[in-house]
Amino acid sequence: MPARAPVVISRWAVLTAFAVLCAFPFGWATFTMFKSDDDLYTVGHVPFLYNSPPTLVHLKVLFTETAFLTFVRNSLEIGVIVVAITLAISVPAAYAIARLTGQWGGRLAMTVFIFYLVPPTLLFLPLSRIVADMGLQDTIWALVVVYPTLTAPFSTWLLVGFFRSIPRDIEEQAMVDGYSRVGALVRTVLPLAVPGLFTVVIFTFAFTMNDFIYAVAFISSSSNMTVSAGVPTELIRGDVFFWQSLMAAAVLVAIPVALAYNFFLDRFVQGLSLGAVKG
Amino acid sequence: MAEVEVREIRKTFGAGNPAVDGISLTCEDGEYLVLLGPSGCGKTTLLRMIAGLEHPTGGDILIGGRSVRGLPPRARKIAMVFQSYALYPHKRVEQNISFPLEAQGLSREERLEKVKWASGLLGIGHLLQRKPRQLSGGERQRVALARALVREPQVFLLDEPLSNLDAKLRASARLELKQFQQRVGISTIYVTHDQVEAMGLGDRIAVLNLGRLQQIGTPEEIYHQPANTFVATFVGSPPMNLLQRDGKIIGFRPENVELEKEAASRDDATIIRSRVLRVENLGADRYIYLRVKDDKGDTNIIAKLPIDHPLKVAADDDADLVVRRRHLRVFDRESGAKVAA
Amino acid sequence: MSEPAVRRRTVIIDESFRVHHLLDRESVLGPVMLAPLLVYLVALVGLPLLLVIYYAFTDATTGSSAFSFTGLDTFQKTLADPVFRTALRNTVVFTLVAQVVVIVLATILGFVLSADFRGKWVVRFLILLPWTTPVALSALSWLWMLDSLFSPFNWILGSLHVIDEGTPVAWLGEDSLAVASVIGLQAWRTLPLAAVILMAGLTSIPPELNEQAEVDGAGFWRRFFDITMPLLAPIMMVAILFGIVATFTDMAAVYILTRGGPGYATQVLGSWSFYTGIQGGSLAQGAAIGIFMFPVLLGVCILMLRRASQTDVV
Repeated sequence: MPARAPVVISRWAVLTAFAVLCAFPFGWATFTMFKSDDDLYTVGHVPFLYNSPPTLVHLKVLFTETAFLTFVRNSLEIGVIVVAITLAISVPAAYAIARLTGQWGGRLAMTVFIFYLVPPTLLFLPLSRIVADMGLQDTIWALVVVYPTLTAPFSTWLLVGFFRSIPRDIEEQAMVDGYSRVGALVRTVLPLAVPGLFTVVIFTFAFTMNDFIYAVAFISSSSNMTVSAGVPTELIRGDVFFWQSLMAAAVLVAIPVALAYNFFLDRFVQGLSLGAVKG
Repeated sequence: MAEVEVREIRKTFGAGNPAVDGISLTCEDGEYLVLLGPSGCGKTTLLRMIAGLEHPTGGDILIGGRSVRGLPPRARKIAMVFQSYALYPHKRVEQNISFPLEAQGLSREERLEKVKWASGLLGIGHLLQRKPRQLSGGERQRVALARALVREPQVFLLDEPLSNLDAKLRASARLELKQFQQRVGISTIYVTHDQVEAMGLGDRIAVLNLGRLQQIGTPEEIYHQPANTFVATFVGSPPMNLLQRDGKIIGFRPENVELEKEAASRDDATIIRSRVLRVENLGADRYIYLRVKDDKGDTNIIAKLPIDHPLKVAADDDADLVVRRRHLRVFDRESGAKVAA
Repeated sequence: MSEPAVRRRTVIIDESFRVHHLLDRESVLGPVMLAPLLVYLVALVGLPLLLVIYYAFTDATTGSSAFSFTGLDTFQKTLADPVFRTALRNTVVFTLVAQVVVIVLATILGFVLSADFRGKWVVRFLILLPWTTPVALSALSWLWMLDSLFSPFNWILGSLHVIDEGTPVAWLGEDSLAVASVIGLQAWRTLPLAAVILMAGLTSIPPELNEQAEVDGAGFWRRFFDITMPLLAPIMMVAILFGIVATFTDMAAVYILTRGGPGYATQVLGSWSFYTGIQGGSLAQGAAIGIFMFPVLLGVCILMLRRASQTDVV
C-alpha cells in the first residue's frame, strides 16, 4: 500500500471522534459538578466556561447532606458478600465442568450460560414476591441473596475457560504426589488461577453495582439503598434536581469502576471469547 | 517385592474400540521395562491405569502382589514423571521436590533432609531456589526425578520424558536416566514411541500396537527374534525388509545383506536377484536401495553396508542379494506371526 | 555403587483407602461440586421463571397473597392495552436500530483499536466509560446533558442561530426526539463492549491471510469483505447477541431518562412491566407484559447453542 500517512492520520481522527463521543457525557458531568449555582442556572451564561470560579461546595453537600455515603457503604457491603458467595459456588462448579464432566461438559456449560440470559426485567416480579415471603423485603439481604444469580453463571463460564488453560499434568502430578483431587485443586490449580479469580472478583463487583431493577423493586427505605438505586431516585426531590451533586455522585462512582475494568479487560475478553467460541 | 503386574487389563473410552485390549505383563522388581509402540497404541493409557489416573474397564493391576484396582493414585506409593515434567510453576525447585512430602505430614526438618538427599543424588543442589521457568530442559528433568525419588516409591512411571528435550540433549539425558535407575534400583515402567530410546534403556521391552501386546523380551530378543511383522518393522532403522515368497513372508535386516554382482548358490544362504536403484552415502554407512521381484510384484529393499566395505555394484546394475539362512526370518502371510523357518 | 541408594521396604499400600473416600470417586465429586450452583440457579432463576409464566394466567397482585387462575383474561387485557402495543413496538424498534448502529460503529472502532499505539490505555479507558459505568448513572448523565433548559447542545444550536433562543429543543420532551434519545443512549452504552469483542476477533485473524490476499492483488475493500468479515462473523454474532439482550431487556435506561414518557411514547416492555407490576400493583399484568420478551430471548438462546455446538465443544 502506498502513502501510509493519510491512513495514520485518519485513524487518529476516528479514535478521537469515538473517544469524544463516548466520554462527552462524563466530561460534561465532571465539568459541571464544580459550577456554582448562579453560574449554572443563569441561562445566558456560556456553559463551557466557569463564569464564576469553580467550587467544591456541591461535593460537600453530596457527602454531608445526602445519603450518598450510605448508598456507597451499602453497595460495598453487598458487593463483598456477593463476591464471596459467587466464588464459593462458581469455583467448584467451574472446576467440575472443566475437569470432571467429560462429554457432558460442553452441554453443562451451555446450560449455565442459558441461565445467564434470563433477564432481571423478567424475574423481578416473582422474585419480589419470593423476597417478601422470605421476610427480606427492604433489606440489603434481599439483594445479597438474589445477586449471585446474576454473577454466578457468568463467573462460572469465565472460570471454566481459565481452568481449561491450566495443563492437566499439573493436577495429575499432584495427585500422584499424594493429594486427592480436591487437594490438588486447592494446592496447584487455584494458585495458578489467581488472575482468573481476580477477574471474577472485579466483574462480580461491577455487576452488582450495575443492577437497577432489583434494587428499586426490593428496597424502599433510603438507608438500605445501593448507589444505582439511590442516586437517581433519592437525590432527586420532586422536581428539584441537585444537578452538580448528582453529577459528582455519578462521576465519583464511574471512575473507580472503569479503572478496575480496564485493568482486567484483556482477561475478560479472553474469557468471553473462550467461552463463546468453545462453549 | 515391588513388582508390577497387569492381568488382562482392558480400557474402552466411550463407544469406540478399546484403547487397551487385554494386556497381561509383569515388570519385575528393580527392572527397567519399556512400553514401546506408535501413537495410539495404548501405552500411555496403560501407564495411566497403573498410576490410577484412569480406571480400567476390565482386568486387574497388582503392585507387590496386591491388587490396587480402585485405589486413588496417592495410595499406590508410585511416582510419575510426565512428558512435560509438570513442575509446579508457582513453586521453587526446593518446594517442588518437597511437595510430595508435605502430603505425608513430615516435619520441616525431615522434609529438608530428604530434599537435600534427593537433590544431592541428582546433582541439583545448587538449583534449589530457582523457579522452573529459569531451568534448562535437562535441569527440569532432574528436578522431576528428584521429586519422584523423594517419596521413596516402589515404582517409577515415566511418560516419554525425553520427547521435550533437544535432540542433541537426548543421548546424555538417556545416560543419566539409566544410571540413575541403576543406582536406586526402583522398578521402572517407561513409555516411549522412540525405538532407539527403548533399545538403549530397557532391560526388557514390551512392544504394543492397537491396544495389544505384540512381544515382550530383551532388546536383543526383540531385535533379532521379532514375534511378528509389526515388531520386525517397528524396531530397527531402517526397518526389516519383508518379501513375499512361496506363500510366506521372509524378512531380513538391511545390515545382514551382502551384495555381489554374481553370486554362486550356497547352502547356508538365500540369493535373490535384484536391480540397484540408488546408493546413498551417509557418512558412516551406505544405504543401497534395490528393487526385487516377489509374489506381489516389485518391492523395494534396503541394504545397509559400512562405508569401508568395498562396494561392488553401482546404480542400475543388476546384483545378487545374499542373506545367510541364520539371518532370515519367516512370518505367516495372513497373521504376520513368526513361523519356524 | 553396588547398593541401591534407596532403602528397601516391604510394600505398604495404605489399606484404609479401600474405604473409598467418597470424594475420590469422580462420579460423585463432579455432581457434588456442581450442586451449589445448580441448586441456586434452579431455585432463584428456574423457579421464578415458572412463576412469572404462571402469574400471567392469574389475577395476582402485590397487595394480597391470594390469587386465582384466570386463564387468558390477563393476556387479553394486556393485548388490548394501547400502551402495551406501543411498548412492544418500541422494544423491537429501539433494539434493532440501536444494534444496527452499534455493529457498524463497533466494526470501525474495533478496527482502529486493533493497532498498538501510544496512549492506547487512555483512549480505551474513555471509550469504555459508557459500558463500565452502572446504567443508572450513565442514564443520569444523559438526563443532565439533554435537559431542555441547560443542555450544552441547545446552547450551541442557539448561538449558531439554528434554533430560536427562546424555544430550546426538548430532547426528552418531544415524542420523536425522546425516542431518538433513548435509542442513542442504548447504542452509546452497548458500543464499547461490541467494539472490544470485535477488536479481539480482529486480532485473532492471522495476519498471513490478509498478507496473502494483498500479494494476490486484492484491494482493501475486497480483503475486508472476502476475508475479514467472514472470519469475523462468528464473533460478531456474539457481540450482536449481547447487545440485543442488553437493549431488549433494558428497563433502567428508559426509566431514568424518560420515565417512559413523554406520555407513553418511550415505554418498553421492561419499564412498562415495572410500572404495571410494582407501581400499579398488578403482578399478573406485569408478568404478561414481560413474557413477550420470551420469543426474542429464546431465539438468542438457540442461536448461541447452535454456535457452541458448531465449534469445538470439549
